[in-house]
Amino acid sequence: MWQARLSYLLRRFAHGLPIVLAIVVVNFFLVRLAPGDAATVLAGEAGAATAQYMEQIRAQFGLDQPLYVQFLSYMKNILVFDMGYSFRHGRTVASLIFERLWATLLLMGTAMAISTGIGVLLGALAARYDRKPLGFAIVLFAIVSYATPLFWVGLMLIIVFALNLGWFPTSGIATIGADTGGLGHVLDVAHHLVLPALTLSFFYMALYTRLMRASMLETLRMDFVTTARAKGVAEGRVVRRHVLRNAILPVLTMAGVQVSGMLGGSVIVESVFGWPGLGLLAFESLAARDLNLLLGIFFLSSLLVVATNALIDLAYTLVDPRIELAGRSKRND
Amino acid sequence: MPQSLLRVRGLRTEFRSPRGSWFPVVNGVDLRLEAGETLAVVGESGCGKSMLAYSIMRLVPRPLGRPAGGEVLLGGRDLLQLSEREMRAVRGRDVSMIFQEPMTSLNPLMPVGEQVSESIREHESCTSGEAARRALELLDLVGIPEPAKRFGQYPHHLSGGMRQRVMIAIALACRPKVLIADEPTTALDVTIQAQVLALLDRLKREMGMGIILITHDLGVVAEWAQRVMVMYAGRKVEEASAEEFFGGPAHPYSRALLASVPSPELVLADGDHELTEIAGTVPPLDRLPQGCAFAGRCPRVQDRCGEEQPVLRPFGSEGRMVACLRADSPRAGEIGR
Repeated sequence: MWQARLSYLLRRFAHGLPIVLAIVVVNFFLVRLAPGDAATVLAGEAGAATAQYMEQIRAQFGLDQPLYVQFLSYMKNILVFDMGYSFRHGRTVASLIFERLWATLLLMGTAMAISTGIGVLLGALAARYDRKPLGFAIVLFAIVSYATPLFWVGLMLIIVFALNLGWFPTSGIATIGADTGGLGHVLDVAHHLVLPALTLSFFYMALYTRLMRASMLETLRMDFVTTARAKGVAEGRVVRRHVLRNAILPVLTMAGVQVSGMLGGSVIVESVFGWPGLGLLAFESLAARDLNLLLGIFFLSSLLVVATNALIDLAYTLVDPRIELAGRSKRND
Repeated sequence: MPQSLLRVRGLRTEFRSPRGSWFPVVNGVDLRLEAGETLAVVGESGCGKSMLAYSIMRLVPRPLGRPAGGEVLLGGRDLLQLSEREMRAVRGRDVSMIFQEPMTSLNPLMPVGEQVSESIREHESCTSGEAARRALELLDLVGIPEPAKRFGQYPHHLSGGMRQRVMIAIALACRPKVLIADEPTTALDVTIQAQVLALLDRLKREMGMGIILITHDLGVVAEWAQRVMVMYAGRKVEEASAEEFFGGPAHPYSRALLASVPSPELVLADGDHELTEIAGTVPPLDRLPQGCAFAGRCPRVQDRCGEEQPVLRPFGSEGRMVACLRADSPRAGEIGR
């Protein structure tokens, strides 16, 4: 079984390859649609620049080459995972990205765990107390959270919990200059993580709450639930054994689809909280027209999304026996 | 009369209409079931057959429906008066139910063996190993080949007929006194139908239980039931032994039902072979006309049918009942219009 899962994963990654390549190609041309290039940004920052200076910069970064030449050289490099050089930071894109990657993974992983966990819990409660005050309260909370913009939630949390109450730091990933080491550092990062992770989970939590509630209500009406009740199984056990697992499947699917959305959301959250992850890096590189870095981040993000989707599908096979990896049917009549 | 296995008196269940008022879907139904007997409940879709079953099990979906009176007497207890906890102990142990749709009546995410043993463990204190062993025996009993292999499989591995056998195994796990089978073979093809019904009949005799067989297939009734009860618009309109019923139904609705059966063995007593349909549909239960609910479709309707609600009255032989103002003595010559 585990062997089957492994070979399935490898096959999924193989299928993901053309998708990632297509994304790389589209991105390459897409980012060049924005007006201005690195030379104009540098010139702008210098206050004044001669045409010669700009030509010199363009020549240095290869920006004077025809587009197709730039494209071919970029594709050649990307195939060996060489994402190029960031003129802005004076370092390779790869080193920049891998330095920032773990912060984003930490933020997203935490936000995913919070949003699915609490979303499933609230959704199940809302369905259990459907048409009762608690059910209404949860639905109302979900609708409000769903409609609130991410950056506003972040700012409000900062104002209330960081500035007014002083419970959490306003920004950053760790206290600057504090050399606590080991466990102290872990706790420090966790302390910094609370507000950004909550902000990022807010919208998705609302989404999963609504989805879980609808899914629970639908599952509660299914025939096999009546069968369980007709067996004399107590209502609590009917829900735990028969309803929850069936109802959670759509949430799992949605969580997989939303990974990419969450990656987009992390750009905003990282900017608001000064969280040194890929999102913040992407935002900065966009402003600086640091196209190589931007493309590198896009490339890695697409890899991340493809990989997560494969993992979610794999998780599906653990929860739902009807889904078989190799597409073999074992049905016997 | 000796005490019946199950006795239902004046059972009434109401549903809420979109306008908020309550209307009966099961309207004052009486029923009596003896051990070892199969009682068929027949009628078109929407006449209250399934709701009668759900009302006996106290599984009427809420908040759409609600029980609204009557008695369900089993072993000297009125099931409608039990607490929810006491009723849970009855469900699956004293009264079991099989549903129409074997494809959706089993939990898709749970191995079938576990779904059978769950019923046992819910009602009897035994180890999981003991429950599993008995579940395996049950799968064997209901004629599932290679039960040990099937035990750990999921419903999607099984065909419709096999799944319905699993449902029967679940229902019979605690040897219930009463089995309610709500259209158990409607979703199965004809050869499998016969197998499943024969299985039910054999187990009924072996276990000495009573079966309430809900169906709209009169061929099934003719073959497997000892008594027949016809429902229309939530009411019982006729009750008779299977023999008498097929010999000459008294209610015009029963007659119309029989006339719409294409089977060659089930022709009417006067040899009228013409296949007919019943004109019109069951009237919406929340807007029943005054008087007899069947009046609008009845070929023998008279003026007073639209004014007077016909009551169920004894008709001919012992235990036979009919609710029709126009039903007269059951002479063969009268039957075929």
